[in-house]
Amino acid sequence: MSRRIKLHEIAHARAGDKGNTSNVSVWVFDPGDYPLVKEQLTAERIKAAYPDLIRGAIQRYTLDHLHGLNFVMQDALEGGVNTSLGLDSHGKSWSFLVLDLDVEIPDNRAG
Amino acid sequence: MLRLGCGAGFSSDRLEPAIDLAEKGALDYLVFETIGERTLAFGHRDRQLDPKRGYNPQLAARMRGTLAACKRNGTRIVTNMGVANVAAAAEVIVDVARAQGLSGVTVAAIEGDDVSDLIGPDTVLFDNHDKTVAEVGRPVVGANVYLGIDAIIPGLETGADVVITGRVADPAMFLSPLVHHYGWKRDDWQKLGQGTLVGHLMECGMQITGGYFADPGRKDVPRLAACGYPIAEVDEHGNCVITKLADAGGMVTPRTVKEQLLYEVHDPAAYLTPDVTADFSRATVQETGRDRVSVANGTGHKRPDKLKVTVGFDGGFFGEAGVSYAGPNATARAALARDILRERLARRPGFEALRIDLIGINSLHATAHGPRTESTDVRVHAALRSANRDDVATLLWEVESLLCCGPAAGGGYRGQITPSVITHSALIDRDAVRPSVKVLRA
Repeated sequence: MSRRIKLHEIAHARAGDKGNTSNVSVWVFDPGDYPLVKEQLTAERIKAAYPDLIRGAIQRYTLDHLHGLNFVMQDALEGGVNTSLGLDSHGKSWSFLVLDLDVEIPDNRAG
Repeated sequence: MLRLGCGAGFSSDRLEPAIDLAEKGALDYLVFETIGERTLAFGHRDRQLDPKRGYNPQLAARMRGTLAACKRNGTRIVTNMGVANVAAAAEVIVDVARAQGLSGVTVAAIEGDDVSDLIGPDTVLFDNHDKTVAEVGRPVVGANVYLGIDAIIPGLETGADVVITGRVADPAMFLSPLVHHYGWKRDDWQKLGQGTLVGHLMECGMQITGGYFADPGRKDVPRLAACGYPIAEVDEHGNCVITKLADAGGMVTPRTVKEQLLYEVHDPAAYLTPDVTADFSRATVQETGRDRVSVANGTGHKRPDKLKVTVGFDGGFFGEAGVSYAGPNATARAALARDILRERLARRPGFEALRIDLIGINSLHATAHGPRTESTDVRVHAALRSANRDDVATLLWEVESLLCCGPAAGGGYRGQITPSVITHSALIDRDAVRPSVKVLRA
C-alpha cells in the first residue's frame, strides 16, 4: 500500500534563472527517499503539471551521490526577468511549484 | 590558506554583515558581487538618465563601511560594483578614501566589458529564437561581455587595494585571487574548475549561509535576521571549507551548500564561464564541523572559445499599479475590479499584453494554476510594458479610478512607472575583447 504526500514533506528545492530559462534543483532530506523521488519526479511530470508556465523543453540532470535532481526548464519565465509582467519575474518561487507536486510513498516507510 | 569573503551577493544585499566580515573576518580578499541581468539593465537605465551614474547605487555606502577596515587588516577588495560605469565608480571609491583620510589607497579599474561597438544589427541573439538585434526593433542601450580572470588578474597584479569591474563572470572574482595567489596555470582546467566551484558557491553571499533557504518547521535557520556572509578557506589545490563568523546568524550545512551548488546551473558537468568549462557533477560536500562544510572534487575542461554578451535594449516604460480589497467577499470584489479593468483597457491598442494578477489568491503561480483559494485580503495588481509612456500612465489612472468607480471598499492604491531595459544574449569571439586596467590613487 502507498499514500500520496507533497514532495515538500520529503525534499527541499531552490530555483535560479538565466534569461528565459529556469532551473530548479531538488534535494531529498533523507537519502532513503532518493530512489522514489528520482523515479517519480520526471521532467515529463513537471511539464504535464504546468504546461502554461513551463512552455519549453525540460531537461533533468541527476547528482546521485548528493541525492539531488536538477530540472532545466526552457521558456519558463515569460521572457525572463527583464521582460516578464509577472510579479515573480525571476521565478524565485518556481521551486515551490515543484515541491507542491505529489509523490507516492509506501505506507511502511520509516519516519 | 587563502581566506575569501563575500560581502554582497546581489545589488541590494545587506551592508552590516559585510562590515562584520571586513572587521573580523581576517580575510585576504573581500568580494562584493552586485550584477545580475536585472541590475545590469538598471545600470544602463541609470547611466542613460545621468552619465555620471550607472554604477551600483550602494557603492559609496559599502566603501564607507568597509574600506578602512580592509585597508587596516590587509584585505583587498574585488567588486563588480562598476556595473555600467566603471570609470565613475572608481572615482567614487577614491572620493570615499580621501574623505576617510585613507590617502594612498589605490583602485584598479577594469574596463573593456562594454562591447557595444561589436554588436550590430545582424548580431544573433541565441536566447531569443536566434532573432537578430535588428529584429528586436528597439534601440540598443548597452552590450556587456562577461570578462574573466584574464581581465581581473592584471588589476590584482598592480597591487591595488580595490579592483573594480563591470560585467565579469561572478565566480571569476573569487577565482582571480586564487590563480593570482597560488600561481595556478591558466590551462590547469582541474584547478580552474574547482576554483570556479568555490566562486560559484560564494558569489550569492548569504544564499549559502541560510538566506533564500528558510522554510519554517522544515528548514529552520538560526538567527536569520542576523545572518552572516560566507567565508571560504581555500588551499593551494582549490579545496575549500565554507564557513561564517562564529557569532553571525545563519548556518552553513550540506543542505545550504547543495542548494547553492546548482543555483542557476544547467548541466552540472558543463558550467560555462570565460575561464573554464567547469564540472560540478562529481563535487563532494562534507560537513567537517559546526558551520563548516568542505567542498572538493570540482573539475573542468577547456574554456569556451566564445564569450557571452548581455545586450540591453530600450524597453520603454514599465508601469504597475494596485488596489486592495479586504473582509467579507473580498475575492469576488477583487475579481470584479480585475474584470472592469480588462473591459476598460484590454480592447485599446497597446494594451494587448496587459497583465492583471490577484495577490492573495493566485499571483506568483497564476499561469500555473487556476484560482485556488478564497481570501479576505486581496490585491489587484496590473502591469504593462510599453514604448508609449502615455499608455502606461493610462494604466495607473484607470487603476486609481477604481477607488471611486470600482467595487465597494477598494483602497490602498499605489502605482509607479519606471524606465525599462530588456536584455538578450549573444556570443562573440574571445579575441575581439580587449580588457584594460587603469589605476587611480587617493
